[in-house]
Amino acid sequence: MLQAGLPHVSLHAVTKVFPAANGAETVHALGPIDLDLYQGEFFAVVGPSGCGKSTLLELIAGLAPTTSGSVDFEGRRIAAEIPDGIGVVFQEDACFPWLSVEANVAFGLRKVALAAAEKRKRVRDVLDLMGLGDRARAYPAQLSGGMRQRVCIARTLVRQPRLILLDEPFGALDQQTRLLMGEEVLRLWRQTGATVFLITHALDEAAMLADRIAVMSARPGRLIDVIETKWPRERDSRIVEHAGFGAITARLWKSLREESLKTLRRPVAPA
Amino acid sequence: MTRVTVYRVLVIAAAVLLLEGLCLAGIIDRLTMPPPHRILRDLAVILASGSQNAAIVKTLTNASIALALALVAGITSAVVLHGYRPVRETLEPLFATYYAVPIFAFYPLLIVIMGLGDAPQIAIGFMLGVVAVIVNTLNGLDRVPRVLRKSARIGRLNAIETALIVTLPHAAPYVLTGAKLAVAYSFIGVIGAEFIMSRGGMGYEISFAYTNFDNATMYPLILLILLVSIALNAALSRWEKALLKRRGQ
Repeated sequence: MLQAGLPHVSLHAVTKVFPAANGAETVHALGPIDLDLYQGEFFAVVGPSGCGKSTLLELIAGLAPTTSGSVDFEGRRIAAEIPDGIGVVFQEDACFPWLSVEANVAFGLRKVALAAAEKRKRVRDVLDLMGLGDRARAYPAQLSGGMRQRVCIARTLVRQPRLILLDEPFGALDQQTRLLMGEEVLRLWRQTGATVFLITHALDEAAMLADRIAVMSARPGRLIDVIETKWPRERDSRIVEHAGFGAITARLWKSLREESLKTLRRPVAPA
Repeated sequence: MTRVTVYRVLVIAAAVLLLEGLCLAGIIDRLTMPPPHRILRDLAVILASGSQNAAIVKTLTNASIALALALVAGITSAVVLHGYRPVRETLEPLFATYYAVPIFAFYPLLIVIMGLGDAPQIAIGFMLGVVAVIVNTLNGLDRVPRVLRKSARIGRLNAIETALIVTLPHAAPYVLTGAKLAVAYSFIGVIGAEFIMSRGGMGYEISFAYTNFDNATMYPLILLILLVSIALNAALSRWEKALLKRRGQ
């Protein structure tokens, strides 16, 4: 069902090679990867540490160029520049500490051609949507980690992106907050109709949130398995009680275990 | 007022009272230094009469120009250097040893190049202040998290917008530290240069009063320099504190 229609994002034989720290050798970080993301789907990627998950996200976002292969968004080639319609939420706290919550969110609209009144309305609407309406004048230092991450999500949503890239957005949060934030992301995904691409370490998080989950190999990161969860669109964290949830996480772990062991056994590269 | 501030004020008050006592008791003779209350009164007389207004205006203007140039050139240079690692690596050792160089030794050379006007005095103030601004701004820029730069790119800001809207505001507390040093250095530079070779300014007037045993002019002018410098530094410190408080630091 998901595969109906043209892909929203297409990756064709994408690779990424970095120059090593000593300058002489290179590090093959990623690929080749072929992948299609479909309009409105929730796609998650899991993989061992250092397998290139975040690199993959940066290539899709246009934050870094591919070494070979191509990334297309809505039929247009992404060539190391940020295309319109893409929003990114990072794992690290990306709030600007000198700006109020309201100004942080409004930052997302700085380069968007809209009337000032429309910008103010959008900011107000997103703050209300994220439950931050009463903290609009607070500074990030006055908020909890979960609320700061909500500010970053609000800053992304205010631009009304059609593709939302989430780079381990709940990595720094405690388990309960992660579950609740996961529910919020599902709600926002349903409300906005955007395509969501989530990078995560947590297998249960991927199994709970995504329509499809890709498993990446140890470096160089390749897609070694893609699992379709077949969850209904109307879902929340209670999906963990579903009989199929355990089977999905078990399959994810089966695919991932050997790759994680490879990462652990890899000798430390000389500085 | 915090307890530390109260202690600070008490220490200064105690030092002034001690000086007052030593002067009044004649342990410090009147030719060497008048008592602090007298200095204060003489300062009020000088300000009321306007006799030193030209010198005060000249020094404050030149120090302000030197400071403004040091801030603009220092911050701009730091932003550029931060973006060009090889250039930065080449210049960094020079910055580290910069203050070991007696800048005043260049004063005659500056006079030859710029003439006897205000320009060489401003140049000395600028030269003393600019590196402090560069070093501290670079220090602040080094601490900008990568994720904020990525956010700027996602927000489609160009390099100049990123510097003005993201990296420099994040580095603001460090830039202010550089600015505080530059305030002191630009005053030292301009007044020091006026001491050596000038026909006006507070440095020249202090030097002239010193050679003529005119304590009623010399000490009030020194006090005025102290007050202006302390007031500027206090204002910048307050601003720095407000910035850090907003960031939960």
